[in-house]
Amino acid sequence: MMLMCSFSIVAQEHVPKNDGVKSVNTNYTAFTNAKIYVTPTQVINKGTLLIHDGKVVATGTTVNIPANAVVIDVSGKSIYPSFIDLYSSFGVEKPKRQGGGSRYDANREGFYWNDHIRPEQNAVDHFKYDSKTASALRNAGFGVVNTHLQDGIMRGTGALVALKNEGGDGERILDDKSADYLALNKSVKSSQAYPSSIMGTFALIRQVHHDADWYAKGGITVKDRSLEAFNSNKSLVKIIAAGSKINALRIDKIGDEFGTQYVILGGGDEYENIKAIKATNATFILPLNFPNAYDVEDTFAASVLELSAMREWNQRPSNPKALADNGIPFTFTTNGLKSPNMLNVSVMKAIEYGLDKTKALEALTTVPAQVLGQPNKIGSLKNGAFANFLITSGELFSKGTKIYENWVKGDRNIISDMTVKDIDGDYSFTMAGKTYDVSISGSSSKPKANVKSDEKQLGAKITYKDNWVNLTFTSLDTTQQEFMRFTSRVNQGDNLSGKLIDPNGNSVYVVAQKAPSDDATKNKMSKKSGSSKDVKIVPVTYPNGAYGVSELPRQETILFKNATVWTNESDGILKNTDVLIKDGKIAKVGSNLSDRNATVVDATGKHLTAGVIDEHTHIAATSINEGGQNSSAEVSIEDVIDPEDISIYRNLAGGVTSAQILHGSANPIGGRSAIIKLKWGESADGLLNKNAPKFIKFALGENVKQSRSQSGTRFPRTRMGVEQLFVDNFTRAKEYEAKKKSGQPYRKDIEMETLVEIMNGDRFISCHSYVQTEINMMMKVAERFGFRVNTFTHILEGYKVADIMKEHGVGASTFSDWWAYKYEVNDAIPYNASIMHNVGITTAINSDDGEMSRRLNQEAGKTVKYGGVSEEEAWKMVTLNPAKLLHIDDRVGSIKVGKDADVVLWSDHPLSVYAKAEKTLIEGATYFDIEKDKQMRLKIKQERSDLMSMMLQEKNKGMKTQPIKVKEKQLLHCDSMD
Amino acid sequence: MKKIIYIYSILMLCCSLTFAQQTPAGKQTEAITITGATVHIGNGTVINNGTVVFENGKIQVVGSSNTPTKGKVIDASGKHVYPGFIGANTSLGLVEVDAVNATNDQVEMGSMIPHVRSLIAYNAESKVVESMRPNGILTAQVSPNGGRISGTSSIMQLDAWNWEDAAIKTDDGIHLNWPSSFSRGRWWLGEPPGLKPNSNYGKQVSDIANFVKESKAYLKGKRATKNLPFEAMEGLFDGTQKLYVHVDDEKGITDAVNFAIENGIKMVVVGGYQAHAVTGLLKSNNIPVLIDHTQSLPKTEDEDYDLPYKNPKLLADAGVLVGIHTGNNSNFQTRNLPFYAGQVVGQGMSKEDALKLITSNIAKILGIDDQLGTIEVGKNATLFISEGDALDMRGNQLTHAFIDGRAISLETHQTELWKRYHNKYQGQ
Repeated sequence: MMLMCSFSIVAQEHVPKNDGVKSVNTNYTAFTNAKIYVTPTQVINKGTLLIHDGKVVATGTTVNIPANAVVIDVSGKSIYPSFIDLYSSFGVEKPKRQGGGSRYDANREGFYWNDHIRPEQNAVDHFKYDSKTASALRNAGFGVVNTHLQDGIMRGTGALVALKNEGGDGERILDDKSADYLALNKSVKSSQAYPSSIMGTFALIRQVHHDADWYAKGGITVKDRSLEAFNSNKSLVKIIAAGSKINALRIDKIGDEFGTQYVILGGGDEYENIKAIKATNATFILPLNFPNAYDVEDTFAASVLELSAMREWNQRPSNPKALADNGIPFTFTTNGLKSPNMLNVSVMKAIEYGLDKTKALEALTTVPAQVLGQPNKIGSLKNGAFANFLITSGELFSKGTKIYENWVKGDRNIISDMTVKDIDGDYSFTMAGKTYDVSISGSSSKPKANVKSDEKQLGAKITYKDNWVNLTFTSLDTTQQEFMRFTSRVNQGDNLSGKLIDPNGNSVYVVAQKAPSDDATKNKMSKKSGSSKDVKIVPVTYPNGAYGVSELPRQETILFKNATVWTNESDGILKNTDVLIKDGKIAKVGSNLSDRNATVVDATGKHLTAGVIDEHTHIAATSINEGGQNSSAEVSIEDVIDPEDISIYRNLAGGVTSAQILHGSANPIGGRSAIIKLKWGESADGLLNKNAPKFIKFALGENVKQSRSQSGTRFPRTRMGVEQLFVDNFTRAKEYEAKKKSGQPYRKDIEMETLVEIMNGDRFISCHSYVQTEINMMMKVAERFGFRVNTFTHILEGYKVADIMKEHGVGASTFSDWWAYKYEVNDAIPYNASIMHNVGITTAINSDDGEMSRRLNQEAGKTVKYGGVSEEEAWKMVTLNPAKLLHIDDRVGSIKVGKDADVVLWSDHPLSVYAKAEKTLIEGATYFDIEKDKQMRLKIKQERSDLMSMMLQEKNKGMKTQPIKVKEKQLLHCDSMD
Repeated sequence: MKKIIYIYSILMLCCSLTFAQQTPAGKQTEAITITGATVHIGNGTVINNGTVVFENGKIQVVGSSNTPTKGKVIDASGKHVYPGFIGANTSLGLVEVDAVNATNDQVEMGSMIPHVRSLIAYNAESKVVESMRPNGILTAQVSPNGGRISGTSSIMQLDAWNWEDAAIKTDDGIHLNWPSSFSRGRWWLGEPPGLKPNSNYGKQVSDIANFVKESKAYLKGKRATKNLPFEAMEGLFDGTQKLYVHVDDEKGITDAVNFAIENGIKMVVVGGYQAHAVTGLLKSNNIPVLIDHTQSLPKTEDEDYDLPYKNPKLLADAGVLVGIHTGNNSNFQTRNLPFYAGQVVGQGMSKEDALKLITSNIAKILGIDDQLGTIEVGKNATLFISEGDALDMRGNQLTHAFIDGRAISLETHQTELWKRYHNKYQGQ
């Protein structure tokens, strides 16, 4: 169906011609009587579009048509600017993954030290026009695409390419450095280990900025083509593939640090956190790969399908509308679609889910043109713009509308012949006393015919080409295999007339009369399909799954009456005591308290305590370890907070209100921590405890020397080497600081900056440690460099060196009773906490585990069993003591007037296995309530059942479904290599 | 609190600082009477201020305060007496340090290997084993865990010189890992990660059925040429052994139960995460469940946060015989068995019913209830005295423990280190 006619002026004056005469076509082309969308909002009815030399000359109702113009009358048809895809790999092959094991060094020379930073790549150098894909894209309505090499974190420049078959790349390439591309995935051309995590990726992006700056200042004396390219591409628009709303928010923050506003390839889930998305001020490139319904017929399999996945199916088509409603600029991409021809279906689905048609059109035309800074050249039919346009049968994104032609730079591409007469309709004729009824449909694409006579359905076949119709049908005598043949030349009139040959070879002239088309019913039909159906979209919560909230809890004035109050202060444990919570703080503690505005909670027989604080956890983070280097002081968990981790809610149900999310133990110098409050429903930023000081994870022993890998190539491999690694890094940090202070120019090094903070007491270490040798060593290294280790975490042999620890002034955060899981915990004993406590070390019990964290109250109870710690002191091990270790005890950790109202109401003695958290408050707002939890369970059950029946209906309608899938949520630990 | 400190000081005083495994206790030589205790029978009943008399390793009398004493008297006023807790489906004595492969003897190679026996690899001198006793775990089933049919388990008492004198019931059952209804996407082949329905499920199930068929055919024949795996299956068919089917999901449980019925095999569900959804089937076929430990996470986001906490109660309420086992946890966690049971009390189960989950119910499930699981006359004197409520971490403080009437040591590698360093700092 695809025909090509070249109208363009190929011959260039500086190109010699040896195959004929230089023939130059300087004719104009005029399209008359069209509905012309100059832009999605500037529409001309019954206008003329005049083009010349691949460009628009004029549009309007009074356009002067020059004499040397070919005039094409397109009355009844519409003309639109053709589409633009900003995120394409058109004509640029993705490299194949290189084999070979993980390595720590780069495999290139003369480039940046990290192979995944490739800003020196230029799509244009890899571009090879792909006529097959071009044709598919044109059929979907695209005229230009911005293509790039989809490999690496920094991917280099893209090229703006017109999908023009004729004329060569000289005609096609409109801009060879149209944008600068980035992504969060590593290059497949290198197996360099760093970055092994997404937080490493963020840190690397930052360091490249600093290094490029240093390079520009002449600080780097060797040639680095990557940094050179980075600097020379600075003025280009930056397009980054975030792929999800959460990464979009993260990368936007980094952009802000360097004054870069990224254009972001989204994930289609932006509606789930639309306010934060709006605050990025970014333009979004939206994928349109809306998920199919899940096949839930197998009830066993369906039982594990999560609400969040079902909501994705139900809600994602409404994503574009959500962006439009919030004034967030967006474009569409075919990236992620199985084929470009899915675009129309998907856009129509978005429209069905409420997206305005004009917005949809803008997303494919003016917005991407704006992003590329080419609003006068592409995406519109303004005078002087490239003649890139579509001729359609009617309004785009409406049912039945057809794209007839897609013109690219004045080249005509016929998708569907608009000169073919539509012969759809019902006809009848009579022969030999019998009336035959013929019904023709799909005449312009795939014609079909239906022939009936005498109430009998006859077998029929039709072809329609070059204005000739050939209709073959079986005779009325069904006992015979006999055919009748009818041939007609289509003309101006409505009827079909021509020769009919019967089975005996007799030929008759027949006129098949066309029945008047029933416009009324037709209109009705189109109205029905055009207007938006009743789409049932279930409400969005944040996080958008089970137990998500539609509204954040508010600070309340609450009076707990008659509780047993564990103050953690000199008052000890107070019986029959009232506590008043007001303005997010603990306002009063005493007896017979009252407050007119307070909600009174009868706490008789119950226990009120400060919220549990977990000094060491790995919940609520997307990645935990950056093991690609032996020091990763440059990475920060704050960059990868996952506020949607259900563990947050489950921890609240276990009375946890604050936690330190630590980097893992993959390397001796780990990453920086995030200290959070468990405000379920807040965004990543809202979880961060802004009053907490800075922390970093260090680690010793089996994990950092990679004991379980036989063929490790990363230093260190022994505890001896671990010491030297610290000495080396702190020595360099001293030198770094000296140079920085001296006022000389220096290369900003995020790793060194972090180590300097440690030495100056501006950042605290929480050090993963097991055996006494290494514990002792770490303290000695710190003392040598003039600082103190703040906390040893795990510290399972702390009891062996408790006196030395006491002298150093370090705190301890340990497990209650873990051991036997690896060799270095052979001498781990559950009495560890009690011994360290008795020696006078500030001792906490931590979880390092998303399950144990929700029972830390019981783990504290175990210190009573193992070593006889008093109940009051045991309770402090999961509240006040971790608060002290984290230096947040001025605000949390005890029930004291003026402190944050982070409190828990327990059904029973809080150290016992029987206690349940009934209410968990953070800053006076109730984040967990056992009664509300019960209601939510019922709601979840109902919504699951509603969505499943909607999906079953979808399947019954014949829509495609996908098999059940379960995202496996990995519970992250110290050893998790992400 | 005072009591705890008191005990602590006593321990400090009596402890001799040897640094080796504890020596197993000798045979009970004289009758012992425990008086004044709250006696938790293990079958749901309690005797306040009760008396327990045992002699020659067997319980002689269980009565009220006016029961005549015999032999050595232990005044346990204010204290509690419990039947020894039983660990089902453990790797005790088979695995010493998880991450050190050389110390792992739980997983043999091969797929259908019922002939592999845990009994002979059980290390009676394991430091992990001795750490069970101070928390009241005095008996354990020790199970292999590899392949499809993993091998044969045995039941051990936890104070022994070697596997021979440890064994209470040798080769009690065969362990089968039922195929999973879901399989993981092979991301290295470009498949999406995460779980998806297991397309090989049907074949994997029929492999098991075929193996059983072949075994039966073999056993009916002359067995001229010995086939060790088929030989090992005999106990399942003559009813002397149970089949422990490790399976979590509703569909798998249903298929496994049908499979067992069709083959006339006595089975136990091990794992049973979704067993609560098929209680009708389990109850009507008298199939018990060894449920995974309660202190674990729900498997999907949508589930109740406390589903694992209440799972045993859901089964018990529906009339299914249920016990708790350690599941896939590290084996050192088996010492937390009492707290796994205690966790269910918060969900509304009575303490005495929760106690059954780790005593009499397990004894019934393992088929050792004629000897163990309750404090009743004629049963083994495998019991202990605790300062307080042994299901709660604050109360679980053992003063005495007996296995077959033998007063066993409550010291361990860990208590010795504790005392050593405690004394170090006391001296400073």
